[in-house]
Amino acid sequence: MSDLLRVDGLCLATADKSLVEDLSFTIAPGERFGVIGESGSGKSLTALAITGLLPRAIRPSGQISLAGQQVVGASERQLAALRGPAVATVFQEPLTALDPLMPLGRQIALPVQRRLKREGADTSRTAVARDVRLLLDQVRLPDPDRLIHAFPHQVSGGQRQRVAIAMALACRPQLLIADEPTTALDVTTQAEIVKLITALVDELGIALLFISHDLAVVGQVAERVMVMRHGRAVETGPAAKVLTAPDDAYTRKLVDAARRFDTALEGRA
Amino acid sequence: MTLLSMENVEFAYGKARPVLKDISFSVPRGANVGLVGESGSGKSTLLRLLLGLDSPQKGRILFDGQELKARNAGYMRRYRKRVQAVFQDPYSSLNPAHRILRIVTEPLRSLKLPGDHRQLARDAIEAVGLTPDTLERFPHEFSGGQRQRIAIARAIIARPELVLADEAVSALDLSTRVRVVDLFQDISQAMTMVFVSHDMGVVAALCDQLVVLDRGHIVEAGPTAAILRAPSHPYTQSLLASIPRMPVPAHPNPQDPR
Amino acid sequence: MSTPVTTAPRRRRTNPIHWLGFVLVGVIVLAGLVSFVWTPYALSDMAGGRLEAPNWQHWAGTDRLGRDLFTQLMIGARIALVVGSGAVAIGAAIGITTGVLAAFATRFFDDALAALFDILIAFPTLLIAMLVVAAREEASLGTAILALGIGLSPVVGRVTRILTKRILSQDYITAARVSGTSWPAIVFWHILPNIAPFLGVNLALQFGLAVMAEASLSYLGLGAPPPNASWGRMLQEAQSTVYTAPWGAVLPGLALFTLVIGVNLLADGLRDRFDPTQRGA
Repeated sequence: MSDLLRVDGLCLATADKSLVEDLSFTIAPGERFGVIGESGSGKSLTALAITGLLPRAIRPSGQISLAGQQVVGASERQLAALRGPAVATVFQEPLTALDPLMPLGRQIALPVQRRLKREGADTSRTAVARDVRLLLDQVRLPDPDRLIHAFPHQVSGGQRQRVAIAMALACRPQLLIADEPTTALDVTTQAEIVKLITALVDELGIALLFISHDLAVVGQVAERVMVMRHGRAVETGPAAKVLTAPDDAYTRKLVDAARRFDTALEGRA
Repeated sequence: MTLLSMENVEFAYGKARPVLKDISFSVPRGANVGLVGESGSGKSTLLRLLLGLDSPQKGRILFDGQELKARNAGYMRRYRKRVQAVFQDPYSSLNPAHRILRIVTEPLRSLKLPGDHRQLARDAIEAVGLTPDTLERFPHEFSGGQRQRIAIARAIIARPELVLADEAVSALDLSTRVRVVDLFQDISQAMTMVFVSHDMGVVAALCDQLVVLDRGHIVEAGPTAAILRAPSHPYTQSLLASIPRMPVPAHPNPQDPR
Repeated sequence: MSTPVTTAPRRRRTNPIHWLGFVLVGVIVLAGLVSFVWTPYALSDMAGGRLEAPNWQHWAGTDRLGRDLFTQLMIGARIALVVGSGAVAIGAAIGITTGVLAAFATRFFDDALAALFDILIAFPTLLIAMLVVAAREEASLGTAILALGIGLSPVVGRVTRILTKRILSQDYITAARVSGTSWPAIVFWHILPNIAPFLGVNLALQFGLAVMAEASLSYLGLGAPPPNASWGRMLQEAQSTVYTAPWGAVLPGLALFTLVIGVNLLADGLRDRFDPTQRGA
C-alpha cells in the first residue's frame, strides 16, 4: 500500500535561521502517527508545511507528497483542493479556532456544504442540516438542538474542541492533523477527547498526525512516533518501543522525566 | 505545628456566586502542601487570599497563630517578609525593563531589609543554579526555565518561611520542568511550601500533603501517599484515572535509575 | 503547548529613516538655537524691498514690509520648539497623572474619568485652546502653551490609562505587590518604564499637533502677539500675497512640515531603540 503522506528531506528556514532540517517520515492510510517535541522543536511548523499554511517568511524545501500531490511549491489553488478531501486540522485552542460571532451549527455547516458541493451531492438546507446532526452525534455532543444555536463562548472548552473535531471531520479528510488538541483542556476532558479522536479515526479509517509535547498522551494515541528536537527528528519508531526503550539520549531524557512523574503518582515508589 | 491555616473561608468576586466555600485546611511548618484542582476549582483565588491580595468575606486565615490582616499595611509588611511567591508565567512575571539584579532584589528594597543586596542577590542566583553574570542582564535574554529560576531566586532572597507557588512549572517544557521541580524540592528543605497546580504528577513528586479542590470545595485532603493509593472521593478518583500514563515496558528497563 | 514564536534579539542597527528624523529635527533645533545669538537681520528691520523673492541678501525673500523672512523662520523655529515642548510637558503632566489615577481608581471613578477623556477628546484641541485663551483675556505665548497643553491632556490621559491597565494585569505587578512594593513605587519602577516607549511615540505625535495648533492659533490671531514671528503668523501674513509671492507661505509651511515629520520619525526610532523588551540585546 502506498503512503498517504510522504515527507522527504523537508527543510524550513527563514532568511537567517533554519527551523526544520532534513525531516523525513511517512504516514500510511489509516495509521495513527505521533510527533513529540518540546517548544521550538519545529513540530507545529511541520504540520503547517503539510497543509501549505506556512507563514510567508518561512521557505520550505524538500518533498511533501500528500495523497499523491506535491505540496511544496504547489499553487494556492492546488493546495485549496487538498485541504478538506486530503487533510483537515484541529488546533490547540478551540476558542480562537472558532469564529466567536457565528453559531456553532453554522460553523460546522460551512465545511459540510463545501464537501457536498465538491461531491456533487444535494446541498439543500435539509441535507446540510442532516449531516451537521450526524457529525454532532459522531463527536458525542449532548443536546444538539441547543448547541447548534450556541456561540463558542457559551459552551465548555471540551465541547468547543468537539465542535472543532466535527468541523474537521465534515471535510471527510484522509489525514487528520491534531496539533496539541488537548493541551488547553483539563485532564478529565483531555482523557475524553483523546479517546474520541482515537475512536473516530479508527472508525472512519482516517490517518492521524497527532502532535503533542505530552509523551503519555501520544503514547495513548499513536502506533508510531517521531521525536523532534531543534527541528530534527532524533528518533522514529513504534510507540511502544520508543516510549519504553528509547535509543536516543534525548528521548531517554524525556521518557525518564515523564516516568518520574508517573512514579510519583504511584505513591512515591 | 501549624504555620498557616484557613478556617471556614468563603470568598466571592463582587456579588457573584462564591468561588470558594467553607475552606478549611492547615499547613504544618516545614511541610510541602499541594493544592490540586482543575480550571474553575478556585485554586488561584485561594492563593490570592493566602497572598493577601484579596480578603475572605467569611472565615479567617491564620499565619503563625495570628490572623492575616490584608488591609493592615504594617501587618502586611511583616507578613511579606515571611511569605513570598512564584508565579506561573515566566514571561510576564519579570519586569522586562529591569536588569535581573534589580528584579531579584526587589523584596529587599521594598521591605527595606538590611545587608549587602548585591551579595544576597549573588547567593540567591547561585542557589537556583545560575551564574552571577545573570544579574547584569535583562529578562528577554533568558529561556522560560531560566526565567523561572530567576523568579524563584526573587522569592527566596528575603529568606521567607513560606513560599507559595502558583502553577510554577506548568508553563515549562518537560525536560526543564523536571529540573525546576528538583530545584523546588531543594529549596523546600529549608522552608514551608504551598504548591498550587492542576498537574497531579508534579504535585505528587513535590508534596507530602495534598488538598484536592473541586468547584470551590475541598473534596479531599491528607497525606499524598494515602490519597494516591486510595482516593476516597469520586472526583479524586476520576482525576487520578484521567491522567495519561506512560506505556509500561514489557520487561523492566535496566537503564531506568529508579 | 504551541511553539511560541521566539523573536531573535533584534539587531541594533538604526534604520536610516530614523536618522533622517534626527537630522530634520536637528536642523530646526539648530536654527532655533542660533537665532538667540545671530540672525541675518533684526526681526523688525525693514532691510529689503517689498516681497523680494529669495536672493543672496535675503535667503528666504522678504515680506510686505521688506522684513527678512529667513530671520522670521529662525525665530519661528525657536517659538515652535518652545510651544511644542511646553505644551507636551503640560499635557503629559496632566494626562499621565490623571491616566494613571484612572487606571488605579475604583470602577466608578475609572469609568467617570474615561468618559471625561472621551468627551474632552471629542472637542477639537483648537477649540479648547481658544476657550483657554479667551478665559485668560490676552493672547500671549504663555497662554498659547498653557491652552495647547490642556487641550492635549485628555488624549495623553486616555492612552496612559489604557497602557497602565495593560501593565497592571502582568504577573510582575502581582509579584511586586507580594514583594512588598508600595503602589507609588510600582508606578515609578514598573509602570512608567514600561509605558514610556509607547507613550513617547504618542507624545511625539502630540508635539507635532501642538506645533500645528499653535500655527493655527497664530493664524487666527490668538497666538503669540507681534513681534513674535511664529510660523503660523507668517502663514497668516503671507495669505494675501500667496499668488504673487508664494515663498512667503511655502517656506514656513515647509518648516512646519519638516519639524512634524522629523519628530515623528525620531520618536519611532527612539522607541525601537529603547523598547524594554529589546534592551541589552
